[in-house]
Amino acid sequence: MGTQPRVTAETAAFWQGCADGVLLHQCCSACGHVQFPPRFFCVRCRSRAPEWRPSAGTGTVYSYTVVHRAPTPAFKDDVPYVIALVDFDEGFRMMVNLRGCPAGDLRIGLRVGAFFEPAAGGGALPQVRPLEDGRC
Amino acid sequence: MRNAVITGAADTAVGRLEGSSCMSLHAEAAQAALEDAGLRAGDIDGVLCAYSLSEPHLMLSSVFCEYFGIRPSYSAAVQAGGATACATIMQAAALVSAGVCRHVLAVCGDNRLTGMSRDGAVAALSEVGHPQFERPFGISIPAAYGLVARRYMHEWGVTPEHLAGVAVAHRAHARRNPKAQARDPLSLEQAMAGRLIADPLRLFDCCLISDGGAAVVVSAADTVADRPSRPVSILGYGQMNTHEHVIGMPTLTEFGCKQSSAQAFAMAGLTPADVDVAEIYDSFTITLLAELESIGFFKKGEAGPAVLEGALDLGGVLPCNTHGGLLSYGHSGAAGGMFHVVEAVRQLRGQAEGRQVDGAEVAFVHGDGGILSAHCSLVLGRA
Repeated sequence: MGTQPRVTAETAAFWQGCADGVLLHQCCSACGHVQFPPRFFCVRCRSRAPEWRPSAGTGTVYSYTVVHRAPTPAFKDDVPYVIALVDFDEGFRMMVNLRGCPAGDLRIGLRVGAFFEPAAGGGALPQVRPLEDGRC
Repeated sequence: MRNAVITGAADTAVGRLEGSSCMSLHAEAAQAALEDAGLRAGDIDGVLCAYSLSEPHLMLSSVFCEYFGIRPSYSAAVQAGGATACATIMQAAALVSAGVCRHVLAVCGDNRLTGMSRDGAVAALSEVGHPQFERPFGISIPAAYGLVARRYMHEWGVTPEHLAGVAVAHRAHARRNPKAQARDPLSLEQAMAGRLIADPLRLFDCCLISDGGAAVVVSAADTVADRPSRPVSILGYGQMNTHEHVIGMPTLTEFGCKQSSAQAFAMAGLTPADVDVAEIYDSFTITLLAELESIGFFKKGEAGPAVLEGALDLGGVLPCNTHGGLLSYGHSGAAGGMFHVVEAVRQLRGQAEGRQVDGAEVAFVHGDGGILSAHCSLVLGRA
């Protein structure tokens, strides 16, 4: 099980959103650039105007791997688990675990939806699972 | 940059070296490189080190200089993961060309096999993952490359057989090298049946974990008349840095080695077609396949089939990683990348014995660090 990471001022709103069941991302109010991970500035126009926006939580698997060799003892009980890079529909990419997907259904292009999983040490981690009518 | 030349190159034994330490491996490699160059320790006025997992320190280059008993006027540690070794050669060449130094020692070593547990090495390496947005999801280095491999396979038709072919090609080289850590025969079927590490990557798709050290001396060209070993010219170099984490990768199918190699070839006035022997970072089988295609040695999707036809072997279109590479020779941190440089020097001097590429005059060396994040390319030539 993943552990709640150490939160910083730039990311506190994101992790609070996870605890509240909302997936947040940043969109620059000056130039419209969508970015992730969160920062206090926009990496495109350098303004200090990124705004928090809720995501619909739906996205598409860009790539995935099934991990059979845990990196640390905290993940030993979880193997095999799926790590996916998901392109959310608002235009940002995140790394998450893909849960509840039979091995035979794993594929690039799979449509997924976000949900929130309790994290060791408190808080919640954003994760995804296949959408019911999982077509891209 | 023809006023900087490699005058000395050496590596230690690699593999399981009981009782070795990070610093003893540094010193052994450095001493051998100095002897190869015909220099005394006091002749070295510049030192570039890398980093260590087994004996981490904020100032590894100072730690080494104190231990080795030298007081160079220039000393720094360079940290660019697998690009570090090439980056130290590039920096050494720049220091020599600028007249800052006459003889720069670039030295790396770590005892990752005996100095830490295998679990410890895997866990330490996983810390390159983003602390908030990758590590909570169980990322490891193999998993990061598994993500690259899956996407690359999807876009360019790479198959598990192509990946296994890379592992087999490296083992074939290693079996000609008595120093290599992994010399047991390896068939395509065995490689494809290796246990899964991070699907689609299996055991033989992943580099070794080794103890070992390697060192190179870069000198001003006007000093080579006195050197006992045939010098090797540094004809070109280049770097490109596009991101650090997987979540920051611009794409998973095109990498900074394209730009770093283009810079190096342009400086050398050469092209990939001029290369007689290549030593290219092979942390995973997919790393090498993707880099061969991004650099332009092969078109997209064509490296895998070419490898299965023997392209990387002696006598192939691009003899590559002739020492056995990180996959079968050994990988001890930054020294892993330096093994590639040392092998290129041996090939250009005609010292590669049973694995010599006949008449090798131009070598290409490439290192990448992180998740194909930091890239450094070198073009070396027989002087």
